[in-house]
Amino acid sequence: MLSERLKSFLRGPRSSAEPGPAANGGGGPNSSSRPGPGAAPETRQSRGLDQFFSSFRDQTGLSILDLGGAHQENINFITSLGHKFYSEDFLRIFQETFGEDIADQSNPGRIHYFLRRSLEYEDDQFDGVLAWDALEYMEPALLAATADRLLRILKPKGYLLAIFHSAERKQIVPCYTFRIQDLRTLRVSRQGERAAAQQLFNNRSLEKLFQKFESVKFFLARDSLREVIVRK
Amino acid sequence: MSVWNKQRREEEPSSPLNTNSIRPAPPAPPVETKKEATTLSSMSAGRMEPESSRGGSATIGKAVKIAGQIYSREDLYVDGDVEGTIELMEHKLTIGPNGKVHAGIKAREVVALGAIQGNVEASERIEIRKDAKLVGDIKTARIVIEDGAYFKGSIDIVKSEPKVAANQPRPQPAAAAALAPVAAAAGGGDAKR
Repeated sequence: MLSERLKSFLRGPRSSAEPGPAANGGGGPNSSSRPGPGAAPETRQSRGLDQFFSSFRDQTGLSILDLGGAHQENINFITSLGHKFYSEDFLRIFQETFGEDIADQSNPGRIHYFLRRSLEYEDDQFDGVLAWDALEYMEPALLAATADRLLRILKPKGYLLAIFHSAERKQIVPCYTFRIQDLRTLRVSRQGERAAAQQLFNNRSLEKLFQKFESVKFFLARDSLREVIVRK
Repeated sequence: MSVWNKQRREEEPSSPLNTNSIRPAPPAPPVETKKEATTLSSMSAGRMEPESSRGGSATIGKAVKIAGQIYSREDLYVDGDVEGTIELMEHKLTIGPNGKVHAGIKAREVVALGAIQGNVEASERIEIRKDAKLVGDIKTARIVIEDGAYFKGSIDIVKSEPKVAANQPRPQPAAAAALAPVAAAAGGGDAKR
């Protein structure tokens, strides 16, 4: 024990580049997610992101809602394009509202309360919504209600970007924060793990989920990452 | 109490007049006068949390609650509760870690370490530190947000207008202090309501 402490002392303090539990703030302080091993951020290309912002090319002054919380990179990127940035820490509110109680996600009263806390906006307010992986942890009733609310707050011809990790059924799935580096590059940091929803997110189920939208487009990336662009 | 005694003890050796049998009343240093005139706190400024950059600014201590409108012509540090409006058009507002502000804010610069609920206009910049919580819409030229901060609302980046009076000399600290009745609430707690 003593030698371990000595080694630790000699190694010095943790590098600031090493991400700590709160380093990225994605799940929020009340998140049940645990920091996973190998949480070093990874840079990856995103065709979904490219498609999302290509849709707004040559436009400024748009309203973009980021459901992943407020991250400096995303704020800088979106405001540098001349858009107005809106922030919601969606998963934090999700965690605060439902905790580990899956059954509560079917309770209409709780669903209403959650949507009032997290997506209380005027109809047709946003030109784009960056949902990232926030929809992946929801049970069917809550997910359907959330998709309906997203449809409502998006302007006609507005776009939503969502990311789903795997079409395989799992108990636990990793959760991430997504930081925009440029038009087609994301820096992805693993924040830990969350209980997976009891449903599969394959092309068919996602088409069904977003059936009220005008179009749904999928991009299958490496690591079974499914990027989805939907248009109202 | 001990702070004052200590200060007197420190002053005594440096004053040759103290050897006289008739001791003149020690003149009050102007800086201290200014602090006492502008500190809206039940605690002395020396007992506040140390922050070197806070020197010379008015302070609302963590045991103070104000409901009303605050106008200031100097920097302000809020570690207590404020409900209403805060305007420091040319100055910096810092919300301390214990600060809870339920108010519309207009300032040159805002640094949030505590909780703000209300819209914020910071003509130069706003900084939302780790563990701070801000719910409201922000209008600013520049924003810095640390990981771990909670923010819910919108961010509108507005280009800061070039200052016409930028080359004019700044007012002397003593003059600024004279113009700095920080809060309308200074006289009673509630103000202009």
